[in-house]
Amino acid sequence: MLEIRNLAKSFGGVKATNDVSLDFPDGSLTAVIGPNGAGKSTFFNLITGALKPDSGQVLLDGVDLAGRSPPEIVRHGIGRAFQVASIFKSLTVQETMLAAVSADQRSSAVLHKRFPLPETRDRAEHVMELLGLAGKRNRPAATLSHGDQKLLDIALALVLEPKVLLLDEPTAGMGPEERWRMIDKVRELWERERITVVFIEHDMDIVFKIAPKIVVLCYGRILATGTPDEIRSNSAVIEAYLGTEHAGAAT
Amino acid sequence: MTELEAGRAERLPVRNGAVLQRYRDVLIALIAFAVLASLPMFTGSKALLDFVIRCSAYGLFATSLNLLVGYTGLISFGHGMFFGLGAYGYGLIMQRLGVPIPVAFVATLAITAVVATVIGAICVRLKEIYFAFVTLAFQMLIHSTILSWASFTGGDQGLRGGIPRPVFLGIDLANHVHLYVASCALLILGLLAMRQIAQSPFGYTLRMIRDNAARASFLGIDVWRAKLTVFVLAALFASMGGMVMALFVSGAYPEFAYWTISGEGIFINMLGGVSTFLGPMVGTVLLLLLNDTVTRFTEYHGIVLGVVILFFALGLRKGLLDFVADWFAHRRGAGEGR
Repeated sequence: MLEIRNLAKSFGGVKATNDVSLDFPDGSLTAVIGPNGAGKSTFFNLITGALKPDSGQVLLDGVDLAGRSPPEIVRHGIGRAFQVASIFKSLTVQETMLAAVSADQRSSAVLHKRFPLPETRDRAEHVMELLGLAGKRNRPAATLSHGDQKLLDIALALVLEPKVLLLDEPTAGMGPEERWRMIDKVRELWERERITVVFIEHDMDIVFKIAPKIVVLCYGRILATGTPDEIRSNSAVIEAYLGTEHAGAAT
Repeated sequence: MTELEAGRAERLPVRNGAVLQRYRDVLIALIAFAVLASLPMFTGSKALLDFVIRCSAYGLFATSLNLLVGYTGLISFGHGMFFGLGAYGYGLIMQRLGVPIPVAFVATLAITAVVATVIGAICVRLKEIYFAFVTLAFQMLIHSTILSWASFTGGDQGLRGGIPRPVFLGIDLANHVHLYVASCALLILGLLAMRQIAQSPFGYTLRMIRDNAARASFLGIDVWRAKLTVFVLAALFASMGGMVMALFVSGAYPEFAYWTISGEGIFINMLGGVSTFLGPMVGTVLLLLLNDTVTRFTEYHGIVLGVVILFFALGLRKGLLDFVADWFAHRRGAGEGR
């Protein structure tokens, strides 16, 4: 279980994350929404070690990871994918996967053997097939479509077999149809791999359809948490963020 | 056959491919050594053998620089300091301690490793241009130390009076052919070792760092440690190149540690290309050929070399072997399309 306790981070006078406490039970699927500048990405950056929190705790199965380095946090089981696909452009899909498994198995400093190591093969294979990238295994990452690059980014996080997977806008920059395909993939992943998934998403139709639980951030604070129905009818959320359109749909 | 099945069909060959590739590399190395080592049987030309010895020294140096530049994306402007360190370290140990050659060789590598670890620990934290500048600064520091510590290093005169070459294991490096074969052996062994590094899991860690260091750290890779490791490894092979040079000229001179050596290393990598393993080796042969022929015809050889570099950098936008590799890839692609 991932527990966030009183997490806070300020940039100058701006409280980007302000006393945030949240629980993500094992195997849960949670969407994080909020207007631009609400502190969603900062929240992810604090959990994954890209930023050091000013105060607060990030407890994964009781171990406090707040303020530790990204490699340490990854090794404890929190994986992440990025808003802009963060991949290795000159490596092929297969090389990317194999090298990531090597990193996870702590063989990324091995000098005397040839890449790839046989024991990295099965996990790389599993994740490539899970995300439908197996047919494109020999393509350099730079030549993949935007959608496939986002999938590769998720595959990179997933191949480390994380307990918690954080997806920063998996559908960013995609057309309407591609978005649904991507989000179906995310949901399928969650159902098959039984890991805790937290994702940031802007498209409210998507969020209300697939996320069993929603967290609304606003000015670095938690505005509301709850099921889609609870969020839709929450007056504070409607006022700050949703407007009347989605509220109307709920009634 | 669907795309997915096509992917599965490739599974087995790839698994064995890694091992096969290693045998192939060793085979190529053996053939290359056999060809080079038999050269004295076919030609009495001392100039040609000398040329190959110089190619060995510079080739080791330039290929080691490519481990930093091409594989890791670390543009060092001071890599030549380890070439100089190798030449001086070896020369001084031989002149002052009179130990067997292999002992001096290993001791010089050990000294290089220590110095490179200290300098690397400071430099690899820095990003891009700062890394380049600080490595250059260390190069100048080592160069001026050599110049000013005249009682130990001979100052601007260099290590004179010859470096002793005692016979070991029946190998007499005072004999020109023995020296030639030993240089070739060091070159081939060095290249084989660097090839292994480039194709190891660590080699792929370097590529990840080059492409996207931030992402690599989110996969659990200690980027700083990997950079420091490759910095030290590259220094060892550069030092080996310097030792071959010191053996060849039987001395060591401040120019070996001057920044122009680093500059030549960068030139060679631009000429030959950094996207293939052997690019720097091709660049070495090109640069030395150019140097030797152009200086014979004109005293303005700097201008000619400059124009050639500009042609590669601005005209081709890559090194010669990059160009050849792209051409082959393109042709193969066109063939599959048909």
